[in-house]
Order: sequence, then structure tokens, then C-alpha cells
Amino acid sequence: MAEGKSLRVAYGEALAELGAQNDKVVVLDADLSHATMTSIFAAQYPERFFNFGLAEANMMGAAAGFAHSGLIPFASTFALFGTGRAYEQIRNSIAYPKANVKFGLSHSGLSVGEDGGSHQSIEDIALMRVLPGMTIFVPCDPLETKKAVFAAAAIDGPVYIRVARPVVDVITVEDAPFIPGVANIMREGVDVCIIATGLMVKDALAASEELGQKGIGASVVNMHTIKPLDVDCVLQMAQTCKAIVTTEEHSVIGGLGSAVAEALAGQSSVKFARIGIQDKFGRSGKPEDLFKAYGLTALDIERQCLSLLR
Amino acid sequence: MDDQALLEKAAAIRTDIVEMLYRCQSGHPGGSLSCVEILMALYYRVASVDPQNPSWEWRDRVVLSKGHGCPALYAILADKGFFPREDLWRLRQIDSHLQGHPDMRKTPGIDVSTGSLGQGASVAVGMALAAKYKKARYKVYAVLGDGEIQEGMVWEAAMSAAHYRLDNLVFILDHNGLQIDGSNEQVMSLGDIMAKFEAFGFKCRKVDGHDIGGIAGAISAPADGKPLFVLAETVKGRGVSFMENNAGWHGKPMNADEYGMALDELKGRHHG
Repeated sequence: MAEGKSLRVAYGEALAELGAQNDKVVVLDADLSHATMTSIFAAQYPERFFNFGLAEANMMGAAAGFAHSGLIPFASTFALFGTGRAYEQIRNSIAYPKANVKFGLSHSGLSVGEDGGSHQSIEDIALMRVLPGMTIFVPCDPLETKKAVFAAAAIDGPVYIRVARPVVDVITVEDAPFIPGVANIMREGVDVCIIATGLMVKDALAASEELGQKGIGASVVNMHTIKPLDVDCVLQMAQTCKAIVTTEEHSVIGGLGSAVAEALAGQSSVKFARIGIQDKFGRSGKPEDLFKAYGLTALDIERQCLSLLR
Repeated sequence: MDDQALLEKAAAIRTDIVEMLYRCQSGHPGGSLSCVEILMALYYRVASVDPQNPSWEWRDRVVLSKGHGCPALYAILADKGFFPREDLWRLRQIDSHLQGHPDMRKTPGIDVSTGSLGQGASVAVGMALAAKYKKARYKVYAVLGDGEIQEGMVWEAAMSAAHYRLDNLVFILDHNGLQIDGSNEQVMSLGDIMAKFEAFGFKCRKVDGHDIGGIAGAISAPADGKPLFVLAETVKGRGVSFMENNAGWHGKPMNADEYGMALDELKGRHHG
């Protein structure tokens, strides 16, 4: 197994590697380049790195201007300030004209930890998901983060890459495909299906392991693309399994759980539950303590599966 | 086109604006009529564009950041041959490429989709930065409204334009002094606009916003390696006397009598 690393480091390294191959790639940041790790790109390609200071709205508008000029801008800041503060710039200057802008936004979700609720973005997927033509990637490990960066560059149109802050073990393999809109089935079982995204994929695998020891077959779907959602995979799992549990480090409103519920509505009567942040803000604490407090652990997933199957 | 021809053209563009807005019974007459000469200075004097090849990579960029003034822009683009003039009469109708606010994906010649105020300024900054990175020599012109500069992001954009020494960027302010709820002074005072942009690092000039030659001169003259700000003093509703300097005509449809009066006045001026 390759060594774990922070997804934001994987993001910064991938940008630098992409930049080496394509001189149309430019990188924008808003005074957080040492947190989003775009500093790795900036060190190698200073002439293609643009710091906008603490002005996220202007950065997103300017990103559209780069895209309209034939370049491929990657704009980065924290998920909250990108999708939140600059929401309407993304909406009207990027999504509405289908500008070829990518935004890799870090420090998403509760895993920000100690900085607390003001900085923990629990709604970014929801905000981006309602925008027509938006692609949303939520990579689960460093390998997938790199693949998401390269896949984003290959798409003609806006792409949001949700990047988490913590150091994460590698849980996928180098030659696993990363096809936008096609989920990766990482475990197959017929009793219950856990559909997970981002950091929760690891916990879903652990839960599946535990359930297996109890004689329960649990599929694990790594839903790395939230939009377009792999509806075929969801419906197929709804036929194969007796229950579906979604899990994400995001509000249960508007994120993966909502997307899967929308896919199932009117199509399936499979038992269904959503694990995520239950319509609450975050707070300060160590990430692992927060995940426990908000019910986002492998044990929580396992219990939810057992409860649905009961 | 000589100066007399330009004057006649300005009256014809205003006539088109009135016609378009009367037909769709919506839209923004005041702010469309105030920016006619600014856009004419760009399209008939300064900007290098190609109606046969609207997406020509090395063209100058024009960003109508005050997107609600688009009837003026549409009339000019049609006159330049970017699309058939008949299209103008379908403004704001379903299946028309002429949207209520400019849409770069639908209308040939529109460089940036705008309408949400403030955003065009930032997009223009990005385009000017991209031109520098590409070592291209084209310029980026953004036309802003005075109410629009109450948006905070305009000042973020201004800060970044100076920081990156964007001497290929020009902001032109259509300063007609009025916004939806009244005068700038009543709604939210703008203070000393020239001093503010100067303090943000722009080269600043003030011109008569209805003098095409003066505007063209001001936006073409060197700016000492700085981004350029041109404050164009204009009259909201210019050319239709009952609309002039009247905030009520920001976004009001004309009735048949008003339409007739507006046309009489514009055509009179056109022939006189």
C-alpha cells in the first residue's frame, strides 16, 4: 500500500504534474496557497500562479475570464469560501456560461477539525449540485485526488473537486479507473449496499469488513462523482441488495444522500438511510472526535446497516 | 465614419433601442440610452473586432458589466453585422438569442455573460491577466454602471488590476448619477469616484460620456503602465427628453403614446 498523505498535498502535486504537461493550466488562490497546497504549483510555475488575496468573489470572476481566454484555470481556497462566499460568482460567471473553470477547494467537511464550525463546510456539495452543468468530484484518497485533477482538466466545463484536509491512507489502487459519473464498486455483497464518498469510503470498507464477520454481505460503492450521479449503479444496487445506506462528511440535506434518494424515489422501495451531518453546524475538536460525535464512524455505518436489515 | 455620420448613427441606435424595448414591453431604457456613445466609441473607433469571426482569438474584449444596458450593445452589434438586424425585434422573446442580459453562449459578439452587477469587472481582470500570460496585445474594456460600483467585488477587481499592473485593462464608468431607487447620492453616496480609483492605483480620466471622439481619445491614450479608469459623465435616458435624468425610467415599459413621442424626438434629431 502506498503511503498516505493529505489530499490537499495530493491536489497540489497533481496540479504541478498537470501543469508540466499543459501550459494552458493556470492556478489561482486567495491567500491560502500554503493550506490548499497550490504553493507546490506556484513554486514550479510562478508565471502561471495568481494570488488574489482575500477576495474570493474576484478570484472566481477572474477565473471565468481566464477560461473565456482559452486557458484552464484551477481556482482554490477553502470549500466554504469558494462555494459559499463566491457562490453567485460561480453561479453566474462560471456555471451559467459553462466556463471551463475548475475549483479544487480544500478544508471541506468536519475533518477541518479544530478551526470549528465557521470553517467546516457542510453544505458545499448541496450548493454546487443545484447548478446545471456542474461536475462534482469527491476523491477518497491521494490516488483518486490526482485522478480527479486530471479528469477535471479533460472535461470542458466547470468542475468542483472537494478536497479534504487530513492525511488519508491510500485505499484505492493505481490502475483503478476514474471515469466521471461511473461509480467504483469496491466490495460486493447482496445484503446491504453502502454508498460512500470522500473520507467516508474508508469507513464504509471497514464497516463492510465487520458486517462480513457477522455473515452479512455488504457492497461498498465509492461514489467519487456526485454529479452526474451514477444512477444506473444506484438502481442496480437497489435491486441486488435489501438496503442502501449512504455516508458522507456533509449535511444529509443536498449532498450524496439526497442525490441517491432522488435517484431511488419512485423507482425502488429498497430500505434506505442516510449517514451524514444531521442538519447541524460543526464545532471545534479533533477530527476523529468530531466524526464520533456526529455519528460518522465505521461503527455508525455498521449499526445503521444492521438496523435496516432487522 | 466621420463625426456627422456618427451622430446620425447614435440617433439610429437610440431609435432601435426604443423600438426593441417597446416591442418587448420590458427591459431598461434609461441605462441603455446613457451608454450609447460609450459603446459606439468602442465599436466604431477603438476596439478591434471581426463580425465575420466573433471569437477571433486576438480581438479586443468588450465586457458590458452593466448588462442591463444590453439593448444598446445589441443594436450596435447588429449594425456591425454580428447578426441580422431583424433579430433585434425579438429581444427577450422565447427562442430569441437576445436575452434580457447578455449571454455569450447565445449571441455572436458578446464576450462575457453579464447581468449580475460587479461580476463583469472581475471577469475582465481575468481576461486581461490571461492576455498578459498569453503575451497577447489585445485590450479588455469593461463598461460599468455607477450603481454597480456599490458592489464590493468591483473594488476587489480594482485592487487586483493595480496589483498585476494591468495596463491592458480599461474600466469605463457610465456615470448617469441614477439607480433604481433614486440618485446615487440618495441611495448610497459614491463619494469622489475619481479619487477612489486613483487611490486604488488606476490612471483616471473624466470625459463627456456623450462625446464619442472624447471618449475614444480618453480610452486610447497611454495610461502610464497602469489600469485605466475613464469616468464618462452621462445622462440617464439620453435622447428621449421625458426619460432624461429620471430614475423612474430605469426599467419601465413605454406605452404607445410614450413610444410615439420617443420616436418623434429621435427621428427629428436624426434628420435635424
